[in-house]
Amino acid sequence: MSRIRRRHALLAALAAALCVPAAGVTSTAADPSVITKIGKGEGSLNLIAWEGYVQPQWAKPFTKATGCKVKAKYGGSSDEMVTLMRTGQYDAVSASGDASLRLILGKDVRGVDPKLVPDFKNFIPALKSPPHNTVKGVHYGISLQWGPNTLLYNTKKVKPAPRSWSILYSSKYKGKITVPDNPIQIADAALYLSKTKPGLGIKDPYELTESQFNATVDLLKKQRPLVKKYWASAGDEIDLFKNGGAWVGASWPYQTNTLQATKAPVKDLIPKEGATGWADTWMISAKAKHPNCAMQWIKWVSTPKVQAQQAIYFGETPANTKACAIMNKLSKGSCAQYHANAPTAYFNSIKFWKTPVKDCGNGKSNCMDYSKWQQAWTDIKS
Amino acid sequence: LTSQAYEAAGAARAARRRLSAAFWRRPWLRGLALLLPPLGWLLVFYLAALAVLFVSAFWTLDSFTGKLVHVWTWTNFDTILTDPTYRQIAFRTIWMAAAVTVTDAVVAFPFAYFMARIAPPRARTLLFVLVLLPLWSSYLARIYAWRLILNDDGALNWTLGRLGLPEQGWAFTNTAMWIVFSYIWLPFMILPIYAALERIPDSYLEASRDLGARSWTTFRRVILPIALPGVVAGSIFTFSLTLGDYITPSLVGNVDFIGNVIYRNVLGLTNNLPFAAAYATVPLVVMAIYLLLAKRAGAFEAL
Repeated sequence: MSRIRRRHALLAALAAALCVPAAGVTSTAADPSVITKIGKGEGSLNLIAWEGYVQPQWAKPFTKATGCKVKAKYGGSSDEMVTLMRTGQYDAVSASGDASLRLILGKDVRGVDPKLVPDFKNFIPALKSPPHNTVKGVHYGISLQWGPNTLLYNTKKVKPAPRSWSILYSSKYKGKITVPDNPIQIADAALYLSKTKPGLGIKDPYELTESQFNATVDLLKKQRPLVKKYWASAGDEIDLFKNGGAWVGASWPYQTNTLQATKAPVKDLIPKEGATGWADTWMISAKAKHPNCAMQWIKWVSTPKVQAQQAIYFGETPANTKACAIMNKLSKGSCAQYHANAPTAYFNSIKFWKTPVKDCGNGKSNCMDYSKWQQAWTDIKS
Repeated sequence: LTSQAYEAAGAARAARRRLSAAFWRRPWLRGLALLLPPLGWLLVFYLAALAVLFVSAFWTLDSFTGKLVHVWTWTNFDTILTDPTYRQIAFRTIWMAAAVTVTDAVVAFPFAYFMARIAPPRARTLLFVLVLLPLWSSYLARIYAWRLILNDDGALNWTLGRLGLPEQGWAFTNTAMWIVFSYIWLPFMILPIYAALERIPDSYLEASRDLGARSWTTFRRVILPIALPGVVAGSIFTFSLTLGDYITPSLVGNVDFIGNVIYRNVLGLTNNLPFAAAYATVPLVVMAIYLLLAKRAGAFEAL
């Protein structure tokens, strides 16, 4: 009797031994740091997010549903987010494309199995495994929302309505212009030059050779005396437009929404040269103390309802295609307004933020990397 | 049980008495016991931190991996001295600190003089409260209040418009920073000058008058020399506080100060702590020179 039992145990062990490598081959979870299941919630969650990304209207129901208390700190820029994440005190971050790769290469974030997020299958194809958050087949986070950086203006003071970014570089509105205090702003100027000075040969505003880069920095130095204030947070820019300090500026749709809600006479647009933009990803810290709550949060913000709420609140486009119908229910016409049903061509027209590196993407490595961008920005502002 | 408690209390009392006797017999022990806690605190939290700061200023950051390179080098100091950007930012900060100090001295002196020598006691108390009251409210609230005043659609332009005067466009300029700095540090100038002026014996002024000096001569040759250490003491505060501030420039100005560059190197841009440490030595050196000069002017006796 006991011998038979032992044989059974042996067989079972053998079967298990055969199964394990097979499982390892089929799943993406070869790396033990990759999150493949969601355990019991830890009761709290520390997030770094863009202003407007952790609103009570969807954070409170989340706490109710999962028991995870949400604490969020706003990051003012991608640089700040990367630095904060490297402190190891936060569980997750809503990283834009110019931060996500830096975090992956710095081994600051963990991989996640997208199968844990049921809504993942409804995401637009371009954001399922985009190069800014998926490296060698491993998903380091789940895409969230995306949108363009817009041109914001005061409809009473700026006439006729602007159609081009040139308004930010002309002296007509000297002292009434505001732009973000952020080195990635160099890309906006490069995008403008790629259309207005084709001779420079700028193809990608994040891949600039030294001469292209210098021409861009020169343009920004000429812009310097026109700028009333380099804004550091979205609230700063909202203040400027409310108090008449600025009439026109580079902005996010969030500021437009907030200002319009207070009946301020403002409008925004994507100028004819096109726009830079962001595609954000929720990423989980390699040192996360509350990984289960963080996974729950990612699941939560991927659901059509929260995707729709956030899209309307911030004025951006959800990654989840199922959000469109709910957006229209919440606010009529908002699905089309925020491009949630726009064709892929619209997505492709936006030059999404990414970290400038030496490698130009054409086999040559003579592009200016991000540390050069940062130095130039300090120089432009001084 | 009661007798036991009584005995224990007696023993404790005896120990206390022995301790106080030891302190009485050896005065240096008393001094040591008094100084050790604050000295230890100073040593660990202040001097040690400064030493770490200074040492790390000689390291560098590998821009690719973001890790510290523990190799001694002058690179950071070289950049600070040769790069015109950082030089300009340092000079701008020092220049602003000097401008604010002079402004505060000019504004504070008559005020302190009135408080110390003219105002009746009750008015003096009231003035004291008025000087100190702003220090009870948050520094940030006061800066934001100034933003509301100086904004293009703010209180100042509204008032100017009512008076038929041309509008000002000072919001987010160096003028705005100068006004706000001068305002927030003013109490730190008034109080030392007041202390210095109050100390002047009336007999000095009477003697000066008896010898035939007019008010202006008395002021110039008696009051001012005695009050000067107080002015210098106040200037230490206004100068160093302006030199180290980075919140006012970021909220009401539109240019970088030394503090903003340090802030962005620590949190924000590159996490380049060595460079931040190196740049932080600039205000330290400036302050060291300033304090040496202030000591010559006798400011430490007036504190």
